[in-house]
Amino acid sequence: MVQLNEYHSGIPKFFKPFAVIGNEAVYVLIDLGRMGVFLLYAIIGMFKHPFRLKEVVKQLHFIGTGSVAVIFFTALSSGMVLGLQGYYSLHKFGAEGMLGSAVSLTLIMELGPILTALMVTGRAGSAMCAEIGIMRISEQIDALECMAVDPFRYLISPKFVAALISVPLLTAMFDVVGIFGGYLAGVKLMGVNSGSFFSGMEQSVTNHDINLGIIKSFVFGLLLVWICTGRGYFVQQIKGAGFGAESVSKVTTQAVVYSSISVLIFDYLLTAILL
Amino acid sequence: MNTMAGNDTEADQVIRFVDVTKSFPGREGRHVVLNKVNFSVPRGKITVIAGGSGQGKSVILKLILGLMRPDSGQVLVAGQDVARLRSRSLRLLRTRFGVLFQGAALFDSLTVFENVALPLRERAHMKSEDLADKVLETLAQLELKGHENKYPAQLSGGMKKRVGLARALQLDPEIMLFDEPTTGLDPLMTNEIYNLFVQTQKRVGYTAVIVSHDIPKIFDLADQIVILNKGEVDVFASAKEIQWSIKPYIKEFYDTTMNNINGCNKNRAGQ
Repeated sequence: MVQLNEYHSGIPKFFKPFAVIGNEAVYVLIDLGRMGVFLLYAIIGMFKHPFRLKEVVKQLHFIGTGSVAVIFFTALSSGMVLGLQGYYSLHKFGAEGMLGSAVSLTLIMELGPILTALMVTGRAGSAMCAEIGIMRISEQIDALECMAVDPFRYLISPKFVAALISVPLLTAMFDVVGIFGGYLAGVKLMGVNSGSFFSGMEQSVTNHDINLGIIKSFVFGLLLVWICTGRGYFVQQIKGAGFGAESVSKVTTQAVVYSSISVLIFDYLLTAILL
Repeated sequence: MNTMAGNDTEADQVIRFVDVTKSFPGREGRHVVLNKVNFSVPRGKITVIAGGSGQGKSVILKLILGLMRPDSGQVLVAGQDVARLRSRSLRLLRTRFGVLFQGAALFDSLTVFENVALPLRERAHMKSEDLADKVLETLAQLELKGHENKYPAQLSGGMKKRVGLARALQLDPEIMLFDEPTTGLDPLMTNEIYNLFVQTQKRVGYTAVIVSHDIPKIFDLADQIVILNKGEVDVFASAKEIQWSIKPYIKEFYDTTMNNINGCNKNRAGQ
C-alpha cells in the first residue's frame, strides 16, 4: 500500500503529545458531529410518510412491555428501601408523618426517571445497539441503502418513537409501584399512619414536581435511544472498537456506559435548570 | 493504465471511474487503496473485477453505490457524479441497482418471502396479491419454492445467495453488482450460482459488475476484466488478452491462474 502521509512524521519529539491530543480532539469532534447528524436524521425520519406503525408497536412491545417486570421489581425494592430508611431518619425527629411526602417526592423527581432510564438502557438499549451493530457489520444496513430504503425511517426512527413513548410511561409505573413499596414498608411494616402517609404526599407533591419527572424521563429516553442506536449504527467508524463481533461487543458496552453517564449528567443539569 | 477494452462510446459506458483515489486511515498514516484509477463499465456486459485481498475490489462497489466517497476524482453512474448527488437523487439512482452482497445480507428477522418482498413493499407500492405473485414467481425461478417461510438462519450458504439474488432482481435493475458471490460455496454450488447469473443476465439484460476471487471460473463469463494491484487497475477485454501484458504482476497473475486451471484439468483427466 502507498502511504499518502504519515501522522507525526517530521514533528519534534517534544511536540508529539500535542499532536496526539490534537488527533483525539479532532476524532471527538467528528464523532460528535456524526452523532448530531444521526439524531437529526432520526427525528426527521419520525415524521416521514408512511408512518411505520407496525414496527413502532413491535418496538413498544420490546422496550416497553418487555421492561415492565424489571421496572416493577426495581421500583418495589427502591420504594421499600426508601420507606424503611425514610422512617429510620424521620423517626429521629419525630416526623414520621412526612414519610409519604419524602418517598413520593424522591421517587417522582429523582429516582423514578433515573432508575427507569438506567434499567431500560441495560435491558433494551444494549440490545438495540447490538442489533444495529450486527446489521451494520453483516451489510444489512448497506443492503437497505442499496434498495433505496431509508435506514433511518425503516430501522432507527421507530425505535426513537417507541422509546419516547415507553420510557415516560415506565417512569410513571415506577413512581406508582415505588410509592406502593414505600407504603408497604412505612405503613404496613413500621406502623406509620396511613392517612398521614397519603395526606403528606398529597400536600407536598405539586404539578411542577410531576412535570419535572416527566420532562426528565422524556429527555432520558431520547438520550438512551440516541446513544445506543447511534453507537451501533457507526460501529465500524468508532476508534479502537476493532472489527467483527469484537467491535459489536465493545461498542455495546460503550453505548451502555455513555448512556448511563449522560443520563446522570443530564439529571443534574435538568434539576438545576427546572427546579 | 491499460484501456484495451475502452472502445465503447461514452453513452455505452454506464459506469465510469475518472482519476479516482481512495485511501483509509492506518496505524502509520493513510493507506491508498485506489490511486487515480480510470476505467469504465460497458452497458449490458459483464465486467469482472479481480485482484488479491485488500486491493480495494469491494471499495469499488461501495464507491459505485455512493456508500463511500472518493478522496478525489469522479465516479460517474449514467453520467451522474455519485459523490455530488443529494440524498434523494442518490436514493433514486440506487433504484437502478441490484446488489448481491458477499454474505447475502439477508435480514435475520424476516422470512425468505419477506426478505424478497421488502424492495417491492418499500419502493414499488404494489397490491399485496400482485406483490405475492411476483415474489413467488421469482422464488420459483431460483428454485426456492417451498422455502418461503424459512428464516435466513435455516438456509445453506448457496440458498442464502439465491435469496439475495432474488431480492436484488425484484426491482428489475439496470445494473447488478455482485460482491464475491461464490465465497464459501462448494464447486457445485459455485457453478450453480454462475449459471444463475448467466440465465438472469440473458433474461433481464442488466449490466453486471462482479467482484470475485474465483478467477478461473469467472473468466469464462467476463466481457471485460479489471485487475487491481497496489492501487492501480489494468483493463482487459478477455482472459486471452491478459497474457500479452508486459507488467510482471499481471504476468504472474496470469501464469498462476492458468497453472491452477491446467492443474485442475490434469487432475480431472487423471481421475
